[in-house]
Amino acid sequence: MDILDLKEVGVRGVNSVLHDLELSRNKSYRIDNPMGQHAIACGLDAQMQVQIEGHVGFYCGGMNQQAEIMIKGHAGVGVAENMMSGIVHVSGNASESAGATAHGGLLVIEGDASSRCGISMKGVDIVVGGSVGHMSAFMAQSGNLVICGDAGDALGDSIYEAILYVRGEVASLGADCIEKEMRAEHMLKLKEILEISSLKADPTEFRRYGSARTLYNFDIDNADAY
Amino acid sequence: MCGIVGLYLKNAELQSQLGSMFKPMLVEMSSRGPDSAGVAIYRNPVESSQIKFSLAHSNPGFLWETLGTNLSASLNCEVSTSTVASHCILITDAAETEVISWLQTNYPEVRIVGSGKSIEIFKEVGPPEMVYEQFDLEKASGTHMIGHTRMATESAVTTAGSHPFATGADLCLVHNGSLSNHNLLRVKLEHEGITFQTENDTEVAAAYMTWKIRSGATLRQALEDGINELDGFYTFCIGTQDGFAVVRDPIACKHAVMAETDDWVAMATEFRAIAHLPGSDQAKIWEPEPSTIYIWGEQ
Repeated sequence: MDILDLKEVGVRGVNSVLHDLELSRNKSYRIDNPMGQHAIACGLDAQMQVQIEGHVGFYCGGMNQQAEIMIKGHAGVGVAENMMSGIVHVSGNASESAGATAHGGLLVIEGDASSRCGISMKGVDIVVGGSVGHMSAFMAQSGNLVICGDAGDALGDSIYEAILYVRGEVASLGADCIEKEMRAEHMLKLKEILEISSLKADPTEFRRYGSARTLYNFDIDNADAY
Repeated sequence: MCGIVGLYLKNAELQSQLGSMFKPMLVEMSSRGPDSAGVAIYRNPVESSQIKFSLAHSNPGFLWETLGTNLSASLNCEVSTSTVASHCILITDAAETEVISWLQTNYPEVRIVGSGKSIEIFKEVGPPEMVYEQFDLEKASGTHMIGHTRMATESAVTTAGSHPFATGADLCLVHNGSLSNHNLLRVKLEHEGITFQTENDTEVAAAYMTWKIRSGATLRQALEDGINELDGFYTFCIGTQDGFAVVRDPIACKHAVMAETDDWVAMATEFRAIAHLPGSDQAKIWEPEPSTIYIWGEQ
């Protein structure tokens, strides 16, 4: 495992090593002293393992493809935003907009995620060990958001076809988000995601939420709302 | 933009290091607010019969000692002054309202930046590191500090428009965000007898808290009412005599992060400001929730 000391080489120094794909492909890296800096391990585009020893700032693991990124600490705003594939795993809590617009891959947050978790997600699977804040899965289009704790206000507001699984309480559902039947195929999918995430939870304790699909087409009866 | 930071020491043994612990927090937020900076430090509480003023003058050569001598003679009171760059810490046993009206009559160009038992406020235009050094804060001891680095959006880049804004005895406020109903609220508060020094939106938020507390509200009540009446985007950090408070608007899109260890509690716009503190790697870290009032030190 190669060790990169961010305090010594800076974010640019760390990322330029990871972006040199001829050398970094299939290797393992440990990043020391992340110091809450932004955009650490962003834009990786090869299989590699990156372990970050501490708390990171904004957009860590953003746009990730293929790489496995382990953050041992807290993640700031927009962790794994727009991820395409690979894994980003946070051992602590995450700030707002975790996994925003992510198209694929797996984002695991062992602690709580703040507001707007999974906002506009487009195919990623997100597993949160704790609770999520308000406006999570806002305009979520595709993928699965698994919440082992509680969800804040306006969960799934204006949701498209993403699927939300919540074990705890939902403070309130957003516009056009409804509880749906937990069928066998959902139970299987949830079990599979939980197993990959390595978070321990019983799939039978979850409820499923998704789109009522009443906002897909303009309805003249809603004209007063605009 | 703007960056705000707060540090409250739970472990009294660290008090002699307050200024040196706080400096990298403020400096790290320079990229969020390069225009100007300000801090409030809580230290050296005065006797119960005394009051401490933080005063500022645009002329760096202004003779604060002369002002002190004149104040002492006019109000027949004890006065001590100590000059810190463009600011002065004035301690007196005269009544606060009498001192304020005497200053307004005799020295209208002197700005009253803050007052209370232990609060001292210093703020100036310029890069945060330079501002911090000019007020000789690196070696300062104290119990807690809050600070602000400013990127002006709603009003001019001036010392008077810099944060923190005093909100009553030993209270002050720093703000990241922008208020949308500050003009309407300013008119309302002016009817209540509050005067304003700037066109700044944050000064209105500070004046609102001042008015509420003056009317008998506790800090918590004032902040709860503020959530209903202040419209806009904000994360506030409010310095109090015994600690600090943090509150975010209901949408909570202005960044904020908090961290706590056995030795200290800190808040900042971004965690990288807190990363410099000893023990931050083991701290409990979380994002404060919307419309939720967090208070350390007093209720």
